[in-house]
Amino acid sequence: MTKQHANWSPYDNNGGSCVAIAGSDYCVIAADTRMSTGYNILTRDYSKISHLAEKCVMASSGFQADVKALQKVLSARHLTYQHQHNKQMSCPAMAQLLSNTLYYKRFFPYYSFNVLGGLDSEGKGCVFTYDAVGSYERVGYSSQGSGSTLIMPFLDNQLKSPSPLLLPAQDAVTPLSETEAVDLVKTVFASATERDIYTGDKVEIVILNASGIHREFMDLRKD
Amino acid sequence: MKLDTSGLESFPSLISHGNDVVGEFEAPPSFELPNSNDFDGFLKEAIQMVKPAKGTTTLAFIFKEGVMVAADSRASMGGYISSQSVKKIIEINPYMLGTMAGGAADCQFWHRNLGIKCRLHELANKRRISVTGASKLLANILYSYRGMGLSVGTMIAGWDETGPGLYYVDSEGGRLKGTRFSVGSGSPYAYGVLDSGYKYDMSIEEASELARRAIYHATFRDGASGGVASVYYVGPTGWKKLSGDDVGELHYHYNPVTPSTVEQEMVEATGP
Repeated sequence: MTKQHANWSPYDNNGGSCVAIAGSDYCVIAADTRMSTGYNILTRDYSKISHLAEKCVMASSGFQADVKALQKVLSARHLTYQHQHNKQMSCPAMAQLLSNTLYYKRFFPYYSFNVLGGLDSEGKGCVFTYDAVGSYERVGYSSQGSGSTLIMPFLDNQLKSPSPLLLPAQDAVTPLSETEAVDLVKTVFASATERDIYTGDKVEIVILNASGIHREFMDLRKD
Repeated sequence: MKLDTSGLESFPSLISHGNDVVGEFEAPPSFELPNSNDFDGFLKEAIQMVKPAKGTTTLAFIFKEGVMVAADSRASMGGYISSQSVKKIIEINPYMLGTMAGGAADCQFWHRNLGIKCRLHELANKRRISVTGASKLLANILYSYRGMGLSVGTMIAGWDETGPGLYYVDSEGGRLKGTRFSVGSGSPYAYGVLDSGYKYDMSIEEASELARRAIYHATFRDGASGGVASVYYVGPTGWKKLSGDDVGELHYHYNPVTPSTVEQEMVEATGP
């Protein structure tokens, strides 16, 4: 008797792409605002970015219901941390919390491809990239989502930062200035929109630096 | 002319031969089929079993001065390289290292968990845990999750009271003590270099160069391995990272390109 296959899946893919770039004293996190299912667009105005802590922002693509649940869990854990320690969680601490949260659902994963960006305790930009079950590493830049295979090679070409594994160690943050990095992100999304059907409508760009958080939008092709 | 189609027949010849041995040789081959109702599905599963898994190359060996541990840094998702800078050598504590092969999240999480358990052991027993003990802790956890789809092929390397220790632990529940291991899709290539160059009485420099070469050769031939070749040494005072070299650069270090004189070639080309 052939194996019975399920006629219903608890998962769906709502598409979209996210990008994050770490700078010497800033971090840029961006995601498009299109939410789709199959060939249909559900909305052109959905934010995939969540401000988890003062210096820590997460962008997630994949199944947005799981993303929303994950954001809620992390916010609640952050609130508990603030009550217990009387301070905000640092970005590296939040990074490990996200990794553990994802792995605790190892046998029924959050279908969420995350990119975490922020400032570390020294004020330098940091980006952490994840897979769906929680493996993570600190990198200079990353992209996740349906457009990531289009975006990553371009970022590698423009930003290729020396691997953090090299000895003697070389800094992973990009030498680009904040405005150059934002321009790069806009270029990257415009290109990804051309060739990925799930990316488009608008891109939401969040910039984190010493003076706080700044958000801007840019229109993308709506087709 | 009548064609001889006896070779196409699948039934054994009914003509008896005098000598039994000759009879056995002449019986045509027949394939044993598995007693399965779903032959197609069974075949698919069988192919999956022999598929090369754990796209990576990691190795570790014990020698006179301690333990040498090395790994590449490529992570692949199918054919896509998801990262060239993955830390596959995990620092469990200042005197113990674990290597990562298989599922990245599985290895990272359980090594982090092992580090916590080792620290709790130190606090409870007022002494460091042995490599034997640490590897057993991990092996028992993985055994309890056996069959649930975890993919972990790790080596625990460290220095404890009994000297250098090296264990191989995997998600099938296996745990092996040994002096030389390589894990991952690039391991056959690494074993070739490692086994032919290995001597117990190597110095630290010789051993680290052997480890680096083995990883380099594996990344050269195995598509699922690449990135940065990291080499760590574990001695009586703990582990120390010895080198981290991009394998693309190592290639030209081992195979330098000698520039040829262009003018000479041009003169020869325009000769009579």
